[in-house]
This record gives sequence, structure tokens and C-alpha cells, in this order.
Amino acid sequence: MIAIPMNDTAYLRSEVLAATALPQASRIAVRDVDFYYGDFHALKRISFEIAPLQVTALIGPSGCGKSTLLRIFNRIYSVYPKQRASGEILLDGENILDPRYPINRLRSKVGMVFQKPVPFPMSIRDNIAWGIRHHEKLGRGEMEARIEQALSSAALWDEVKDKLGQNALSLSGGQQQRLCIARAIALKPEVLLLDEPTSALDPIATGRIEQLIEELKRDYTIVIVTHNMQQAARVSDKTAFMYLGELIEFGDTERIFTKPDKQQTEDYISGRFG
Amino acid sequence: MNISEKLYRRRRLRNAAALALSGCATVFGLFWLLWILWTTLVNGAHALNPALFTHSTPPPGESGGLANALFGSLLISALALAIGAPIGVLAGTWLAEYARRGRLGEFIRFLNDILLSAPSIVLGLFVYALVVKPAGHFSAFAGALALALIVLPIVVRTCDEMLQLVPNAMREAALSLGVPQWKVTVQILWRSARPGIVTGILLALARISGETAPLLFTALNNQYWTAKLDAPMASVPVAIFQFAMSPYEDWHALAWAGALVVTVFVLLLSLAARWYLRRAHVAHD
Repeated sequence: MIAIPMNDTAYLRSEVLAATALPQASRIAVRDVDFYYGDFHALKRISFEIAPLQVTALIGPSGCGKSTLLRIFNRIYSVYPKQRASGEILLDGENILDPRYPINRLRSKVGMVFQKPVPFPMSIRDNIAWGIRHHEKLGRGEMEARIEQALSSAALWDEVKDKLGQNALSLSGGQQQRLCIARAIALKPEVLLLDEPTSALDPIATGRIEQLIEELKRDYTIVIVTHNMQQAARVSDKTAFMYLGELIEFGDTERIFTKPDKQQTEDYISGRFG
Repeated sequence: MNISEKLYRRRRLRNAAALALSGCATVFGLFWLLWILWTTLVNGAHALNPALFTHSTPPPGESGGLANALFGSLLISALALAIGAPIGVLAGTWLAEYARRGRLGEFIRFLNDILLSAPSIVLGLFVYALVVKPAGHFSAFAGALALALIVLPIVVRTCDEMLQLVPNAMREAALSLGVPQWKVTVQILWRSARPGIVTGILLALARISGETAPLLFTALNNQYWTAKLDAPMASVPVAIFQFAMSPYEDWHALAWAGALVVTVFVLLLSLAARWYLRRAHVAHD
């Protein structure tokens, strides 16, 4: 916990909220979050809690705001000047939407993997090492160990261990995506955001990534956006169904997929729209 | 014959006509280019000999070469690149990464386009008024400055465009690792756009190596070998200009030889740029 300025009411409020939550408190609490693209109101008063060491899936038809919501968790939206968010997102009790929350510390705690694999134009090794080097001073041996650890966790080590010096762009699409996962977990984040991580991959590569998600949730809180409802059902513990910028229903994946409370959820899941 | 067949035949006729016309246009363009290259080659090859690269420009009636002009051109061009390219890369980076959609960015982009199409003689006059006149004498440095003004907008434009071609996904992926924007720009985006930026710099070098007008008012000319930057210096284009305008046969020959050397140099630069770009693309696929 960082030092809290005494005159800082926003932080105090988050403190109180964190203290009043249950001991096994949610790692992420979303409270009354609104989001705007310019004048367009894309997310409307979203509130829910993401449990630690679980996979939470965000589903819904295109344009419902699920990727938008995901992109708030590491404030990557702030790259674009016309996008803004209001409300609170508490990570370990601190409001990450507070402009005073240091953005690069946030991003080292909350890793992200994008729809299309984006390897950096450098070697496989440097792809992993680049981010680490910015946050930590590691010796040569430590760095190599960390790289191996990250690539192993991403189930890629065996395929690339003999060609770490090769350009990352020479890997296949599925391997590139696992490299991106390795790159994110190499920073030892607490949370991993996955934005449709398999939509650009073939079924076999998709299977590998899903298996990987299963293993990663032992160490990370995972939030995944997916278009593929079967995928949500397979990999997630909790599911949030969103529609037109609103959170319609949130709960255990099994319940959402078998007996949802809301008619809209049922219609979407049974394929009547979306 | 039914309607659709009629339409099909008409389309084919139109296609044939368009193809023939565009073929003619290509031949027309290539014809002059090849003629120019051929004339340069034939006339230049006659005058090509080792003395060209070892002797300085001669007075009328004596034999000599273009060594001082070649050296001067290399020095002035290198200096122009050294001034223009870094500023151009930084300005292009600012435009693409920090002012992409802003009003100020658009305005500066517009100004840069004006500079890009400014007649080179105007740039020469500008440097003449700014540097040569106050200093009281022509100098190689002034020549380099004039050429740098040609390099600058080309590099700004290519750097800006090449960085804009880097997908936003790359920026987001790099920023999402908690690394500050300047580091992302320098270590990831520049690297990603490097082939394009280097190609732009090479093409700028090709462009200035044949420029004459800006040098006439700035570096002027020099019959002797010199490496002094604050003195007038010979350059190949100006030497060509001087010799081609003269009444002497042997000076004409030297002018042709100079023209051939410059043409081949520019050709090689363009080839190098293409080769570099293609090699980079292969590595990316």
C-alpha cells in the first residue's frame, strides 16, 4: 500500500471501501463506471466485482462495450485524447481511475494481451526482456531465468528455446500470441487482461491458448473478452453479459449459461440475436 | 447476340483500348528516360578515365579531372544530411506521435509540404541572404545548409508517414507493459519504421546530389582541392554547369563525365534504397 496523503479524500474513501469488504476481497471492484468516446456514452454505470484467481469472461454482441470495459482496467484508452472514463475501479483498494494513480505502475500490475498478436520487431528474447528491463535491474543470469520462466508459463519454451535470438516475426500466429502472453506475464502482473486473444488464431492454436488460460488462473486474476460463447463457457468461472453499454447480468458462468435471470441474456446465449 | 454478350464485348473493347493507351504512355515516358541515360552514358564514357578521380578541375587547355568537385559534393551532401536528417526524424516523430490529429500538427505538416515543393533556387537565395551575405563570402557550410533545407522536408514527411503506418496495436502493446511513451517511440516504433525512414534519407541524399541552383549562391565553386568549410568549394553539379557552358571541348567532356558519375550514383542510391526496403520486408513476413 502506498502512502496516502491526509487531504486526499478519494484515497481515503477507497481505503474505507477496501477495509469494509470481505477478507477474501475482490481484486478488482468496478463501481459506477461510465465511459465516453467523445460524446458517445459507451458504458453506463457499470458495477461488479472481479474475484481473484478466477477467470471472468465479458460477453455480448459487437459494440456492447466489453472491449471498452477491458481497456479501462489498465487505462490503455487514455492513449486517445477523446476517450474518458468516470467512476471508480478499485485495484487492491486503490482507485486506478484517479489521475494521480501512476499509470506505468498500474500497467505493470495489470498486463494485457490484444486481439492480434503484436510481436515487437526484435528477437524472441528481447521481446520478453524489453518490458522487464524498464521495471527491474536484473543480472544476466536472472534475466535468462525470468525469460525461461515466462516462456514456460506461456507454454512456448519448448518450441523456441533453441532460437531465442531469432526475430519474433518468424514465429507462427499462435506462437506469436503465446509470446505476447509471455511478455505480459514476464512482468509478474496481478491481473491479466485478454482481449479476444484467439480471434485471429486457428482452432488448434485456440485450444492451446485456452488450456494455457486454465493453467494461468492459478497465479493470475484473468479477465477475458470473447465473441465466442463456447469459449466463455469453457474457460471462465464468472461471466458478465453486456448489451448496449450496460451490464445486463453477472454471475457464475454455469448459471449464466444454464438458467440466466434475464430474458436478454437467455436470448443472446441461445443465439436469438447478436 | 443477346444483351449480356454485347455488354461483354464492349467491355473487352474498352479494356483493349485503355490497355493500349496506357502502354503508349509508358513507352513515351521510358523513351525519353532511356534517351537521356544513353546520351549520358555514351558521352560520359568517352571522358571516363582514372584522372577524373585523381586530378582537380583544370584551367582551360590543360588536362584534369573532377576530384575536388567529387570530394566537395560528398562533403557538402554528408554535412547536409548530418544537419537535415536528425532534425527531420525528430520533427517527423513529433508530428506522428505527439501531434497526429492536433491543429498545430496539421498546420506544421502543411508548412512542411510547402517547404517540400519550394523551388530549390529559393532555398539557395534564402541561405545566401541569411549566411553568405552577412559573412561576406561563399562557403561550403552555406551550401550544406541550403541542401539541408531540401533534405529536411523530405525526411519529415517520410518519417511522419512511416510512423503513422505502424499499427496502433504496436503502440498499445508496448504501452501496456508500463513503459513510458518516449521509450516506446524510440525503442519500438522507430525500430518498426526504420526501413522506411532510412529509405527516405537515402532518397533525400539522391535528390541533393544533383542539386545545382542552391549551391550557386552558397558554396559557389573552387578550382582547387579544399576541405575548408568556410571557403568556397567545388561540387559536381556546379562543375558540370560551369564546364558545359564553356566553349572548350575538353571541358565539355569533363561535364559529361561528371553527369555520368552523378547519374550512376543516384541510380545506385535508389537501388540501395529499394534493396534495403525489400530486405526489411522479407524479414517481416
